Amino acid sequence: MLSTLGYASVIAALLGAVITTLTGLIGGFKNRPVLIDASRRATYFTFVAMTTAIVAMEAALLTHDFSVEYVSRVGSRETPSYYTAISLWSSLDGSILFWGWILSGYAALVAFVRRRETDGLTPFVLGTLGFVGIFFFGLLAGPANPFGLIVPTPENGPGPNPLLQNHPLMGLHPPLLYLGFVGLSVPFAFAIGALLSGNLEATWLRDARRWMIAAWAFLSLGVIGGAWWSYEVLGWGGYWAWDPVENASFLPWLTATAFLHSVMVQERRGMLKTWNLTLIIGTFILTLFGTFLTRSGILDSVHAFTEGVIGPLFLGFIALLTLGSFVLIAWRSDRLHAPGTLDGAVSRESAFILNNLIFVALTFTVLLGTVFPLIVEWARNERISVGPPYFDMVFTPLALLLLFLMGVGPALPWRRTTAEKLKRSFWLPTGVGVAVVAVIFLLGVRRVYPLVTFGFAGFVFATIVEEFRKGVSARRRISGRPPALAFLDLLTRNGRRYGGYVVHTGIVVIAVGLAISGSWKFEREVTLRQGEQLEIGAYRVQFDEIFTRDEAQRFVVGGNFQAWRGDRFLGVQQPRLNYYPTSQQPIATPAVETSLSKDLYLTLMAFDSEKGEHATVRAIVNPAVAWLWIGGLIVGIGALIAIWPHGRPAYLPELAADLAGSAPMADSLATAASEAQRGEEAVTVGWEEPGS
Amino acid sequence: MNRRRVWIGLGLVAIAGAVILLVAGGLRENVVYFLTPTELEAKGAEVYGAPLRLGGQVKPESVDWNPDVGRLLFVITDGETELPVESSGAPPAMFSEGMGVVVEGSYREDGVFRSHNVMVKHSNEYRPPEEGEHPREVYRSLIDEEAGG
Repeated sequence: MLSTLGYASVIAALLGAVITTLTGLIGGFKNRPVLIDASRRATYFTFVAMTTAIVAMEAALLTHDFSVEYVSRVGSRETPSYYTAISLWSSLDGSILFWGWILSGYAALVAFVRRRETDGLTPFVLGTLGFVGIFFFGLLAGPANPFGLIVPTPENGPGPNPLLQNHPLMGLHPPLLYLGFVGLSVPFAFAIGALLSGNLEATWLRDARRWMIAAWAFLSLGVIGGAWWSYEVLGWGGYWAWDPVENASFLPWLTATAFLHSVMVQERRGMLKTWNLTLIIGTFILTLFGTFLTRSGILDSVHAFTEGVIGPLFLGFIALLTLGSFVLIAWRSDRLHAPGTLDGAVSRESAFILNNLIFVALTFTVLLGTVFPLIVEWARNERISVGPPYFDMVFTPLALLLLFLMGVGPALPWRRTTAEKLKRSFWLPTGVGVAVVAVIFLLGVRRVYPLVTFGFAGFVFATIVEEFRKGVSARRRISGRPPALAFLDLLTRNGRRYGGYVVHTGIVVIAVGLAISGSWKFEREVTLRQGEQLEIGAYRVQFDEIFTRDEAQRFVVGGNFQAWRGDRFLGVQQPRLNYYPTSQQPIATPAVETSLSKDLYLTLMAFDSEKGEHATVRAIVNPAVAWLWIGGLIVGIGALIAIWPHGRPAYLPELAADLAGSAPMADSLATAASEAQRGEEAVTVGWEEPGS
Repeated sequence: MNRRRVWIGLGLVAIAGAVILLVAGGLRENVVYFLTPTELEAKGAEVYGAPLRLGGQVKPESVDWNPDVGRLLFVITDGETELPVESSGAPPAMFSEGMGVVVEGSYREDGVFRSHNVMVKHSNEYRPPEEGEHPREVYRSLIDEEAGG
């Protein structure tokens, strides 16, 4: 019953997507309101259909309807309900179903938000999203059908992959990642929609950027959440291993971040139009490529993926979209001419361009490292792997350069500057950076990378504080409000800029956390008899006993370890090994005692299975790991500030005049400025340097 | 204008060149080959000291685990060639004789493979529990396999 309902819903969604694509594109090109209307309704319909499919699948999972093949593969009567519910995304077909549902949700949201928009873009955007939908719903209707039946109906199933039912974060990290991944198809649809409609002026870019920030925020939290999950579950004491699955989520993040910076150059100076389109399209292609990489089995062996249908289908779809996008850009190339030019070698826009070059270089290096084993296996039939040292070696210097630019860019004016201005903007941050390096050097740190990181971090942080200080004092001059309120004003009225600075602050915190935890982590592995103690750094750990616990879905073996930091008792730590009937290898649950300065991380490696008299434990002192999670939270808050709907930003009238004739947005800027003058508050601090 | 373009072009070439050098150097130094004992023996001196992954089976009755000094000795075999492995650290929880393992480390002149990481090769296929089978019994059977060696 549920299987029929689910499958019918998927077919309905597929039909809805086909109708959306046809009515959207035809209606858009011929400008037929009836068809345009139909494309919106079909988008809503698709969302309702996919929601029904998801509800059917959840009902099948939670009621243990093992006649549904997917449920018989990932469900079991013993799995706790929470993990049963989230096993929706624990296997290929279920995760494509989840993907499709989110896609339909985004499309419906776009249709709703733009229902009164008259710029002619909406039908093309919905049509593009519908086209992407056809691919995913088509997969669900055919090769990745999660609603297939299995005869005879099994009594029970194996439950989800043990790794995926071992930590509650599994309910948070994948949805965030999916919201980010699928969310990136919206800016893609705006880019393709703008190319199709030929309306390549600013409106599409404004919307694409908003959606990009939202997807980017989810993706950032998803990536950080993945690192956190890996830290809490995998038991090796690290959070990032440059695993292809991790890289797959990181690649689109890099290009999306590049776009969020270069888009400002287009908005302000009308430059980089083709480049921005390429970044949006490339980002979406990378999400598909990442999914292909992690879901097609190609990572096990180049030759494995051709055995399935999904891999080649993904590859074909990627090729189709890439080719189609190229053709569209070439077709519209006459409208992508840039009116602006690079005026000064040292300017905000050149900083952004350098930023983009580095982001693209990072994307290239990570991508190459990820696919290099595949290339070698395919070309020379040798099996190799590219280890974390490659990524660390190539990534670190480039990332440090980016960190440095993060302090330079915001303090540089647009267009051009003078040596005098440069000196005024940079003497303080540079002083702070140098002071930080000096102090830390005197404290005895001699390693180059951490020193450079701390110096740059101090430099960037000082620039950000300086930007806030300038903004607050300018607002106080204008409105006479007290500093705290003026500060809030900045965040609420100009969230794009100051939210961006909050994001930067989060990234600085993460960079410092990475530098510290990467350089000063140390570990010991020892076998302790009952009552024996281990000393590691400031910590003391005593092994008391082995305990076992019967749970419905697994058998747990754990050790009771008392832990002290100095003289302070940290309680009994319980690192565990979980034996799932379906896994030949136990899944570890490390015990992590977190503090701001350092974590004590205990993993049970082996134990005396006869009498429980001894246990082998790996103890890791992991400094500053908590900063990564805190930094991630700050990034999320900053993105929320940047995207929070606020009043139309008003600009200094001189600014609009200054831009007149040089930027395509001059008209809208002038309008905005005059509107602002008519408004109750004549002048608000815009995103130009106050007082310029 | 033209001169500026030349400079921008030169800058781009310089950056691209630097990145390519960095990447090529990084790949050359950090590619880890995956070999079987026979392939390793054939390469011999060519790969002394290079980071490697060695795949094979644990030869029965060759395991010597000393928890007091944290040293694990065993012989890895692919049915054709046998190689002694010395590893620091405890064997992974499901380590047992006759099972497939992947060891990370390097090959030394003395003919011993020094490993810093022993990974149990486990298939990603999960078998459903048999009728009435309880997790504890499965655990028992796995542990006995290990202890029985």
